[in-house]
Amino acid sequence: MAFFTDAEVTLGSKLLEIIYMLTGFVTIYTGIKNLRDPENPSRIGTAVFWTILGVIISFGRWIPATVVGLLIIIMCIPAVLKKVKMGNVQKMTVEETKANFEKIGMKVFIPAFVIGAGALVFAVFTDLGALVGVGFGVLSSAILLMVLLPSNKPAVIINDAERMISTVGPLSMLSMLLACLGSVFTAAGVGETIAKLVSGVIPKGNITVGIIIYALGMMLFTIIMGNAFAAITVMTVGIGAPFVLSYGADPVLIGMLALTCGYCGTLLTPMAANFNMVPVALLDMKKRFTVIRNQFVIALIMITFQIIYMIIFH
Amino acid sequence: MEYLPLIGIVVVILGFALKLDNILTVIAAVIVTGLAGGLGIKGLLDTLGSSFVSNRNITIFITVLIVTGTLERSGLKEAAAALIGKIKNASAGAIVSAYAIMRAVFAAFNISFGGVAGFVRPLIMPMSTAAVKNKYGELNEEHEEQIKGMASSAENVGNFFFQVLFVGGSGALLVQGTLAGLGYEVELVELAMAEIPVSIVAIVVAILYYNIRDRRLTRKYYGPKNK
Repeated sequence: MAFFTDAEVTLGSKLLEIIYMLTGFVTIYTGIKNLRDPENPSRIGTAVFWTILGVIISFGRWIPATVVGLLIIIMCIPAVLKKVKMGNVQKMTVEETKANFEKIGMKVFIPAFVIGAGALVFAVFTDLGALVGVGFGVLSSAILLMVLLPSNKPAVIINDAERMISTVGPLSMLSMLLACLGSVFTAAGVGETIAKLVSGVIPKGNITVGIIIYALGMMLFTIIMGNAFAAITVMTVGIGAPFVLSYGADPVLIGMLALTCGYCGTLLTPMAANFNMVPVALLDMKKRFTVIRNQFVIALIMITFQIIYMIIFH
Repeated sequence: MEYLPLIGIVVVILGFALKLDNILTVIAAVIVTGLAGGLGIKGLLDTLGSSFVSNRNITIFITVLIVTGTLERSGLKEAAAALIGKIKNASAGAIVSAYAIMRAVFAAFNISFGGVAGFVRPLIMPMSTAAVKNKYGELNEEHEEQIKGMASSAENVGNFFFQVLFVGGSGALLVQGTLAGLGYEVELVELAMAEIPVSIVAIVVAILYYNIRDRRLTRKYYGPKNK
């Protein structure tokens, strides 16, 4: 409680901590609901994953770091063993969504847009931060959904939340784990080691060459790994920081565009199966590379544009 | 021995390239790097735990999921279908472009309505193929194949280059967290602002490309008098 009454802590941080708590509670609910669900083929594994995750999200600030680290390892065991499954989720039929649309109509866009709008408004007009805005937007969205359609009771919303969390599954935590990997890389001195290794190849102090290698590296690593999130952790610690940012380039522009340079790689690779190969099957395309073929030119123009943009405005 | 910590990078690259379990790959890389880098078991758990807690902002996507399901239940996809259904007398290239724009605008607000399986297959493809058949009385098989490719491409381009405009999206949060670990503090709004020119160029390039390509294919398959 000391945290919430501490005058040194900003209101934004306190509100964000409350949002984490609510988010964690819904995640814990997902764990408990599945533990008690006889239709879930893997009740314990599912419960272990979501309950531990929920506890870390809600109370991580107050748990010793060593314990959190251990909990993360335990939490990942059922995920790796494919023991995190969907149970009996709250059903949703096409007839129901059609009927609901007839009642609400285009007004359904209001609770949808209010989340992004909340993030933007809070980020620009308050000092509470964008994420508090997202939380506020989600709350407003829930209230609007209940007002627009009386059948949207709180229990319906909570169980739909459980359905969505179960649907996205444990793989949704990948970007979080990659962020942690980045911290471990930094703590283990990976950045300095690469910097030493590559300094013979990349001329020191030449930001232009650094930007080109960082951007193309992001694209190539994403093509190999199929995941720009994985590439950015490795590339930023190894190339971006020592060869571009340390020479005074703008971390906002360089760090962010590196990600969209990686997305150019995503457009080009069969390794990104969800985006480039699954649609081939879903739409019965005759050739395996039809999606990539139709993205090739766009990806090459975008990587070129972004490199030039970074070189000019860094 | 000083290159030993780099083994974690090898683990990540091989793990993803060989399509091993993604979570296993990352956790293995965390453990290998921590131990090879001399953090020790306690140091490794400490680093992992504290970075997870300080990166909890990435879990904001779960906060958004709280209402996503009920939005879907309340007819969001049907509303999106009604919106794009207002387009009449358009070429396949124009319909694909309209979808790219719609997908882009919604992605910037972190809203999705089904992707290729839920939206392109049941809505965009029938609309596009019907448009071609109405105008030329037939649908060339190879043209249909490329329309499918362009529609999937519109889904990806609209999604990738506009989700970065959502303040609080996973990508920007990962960038923010990675930079913070290296000692650079950046704001989410600044990150989104930096992407605005990239997003605009991406959608303009995509629209031009789909329309030029569709026009060229139309001329090729249905004769020079049809442009």
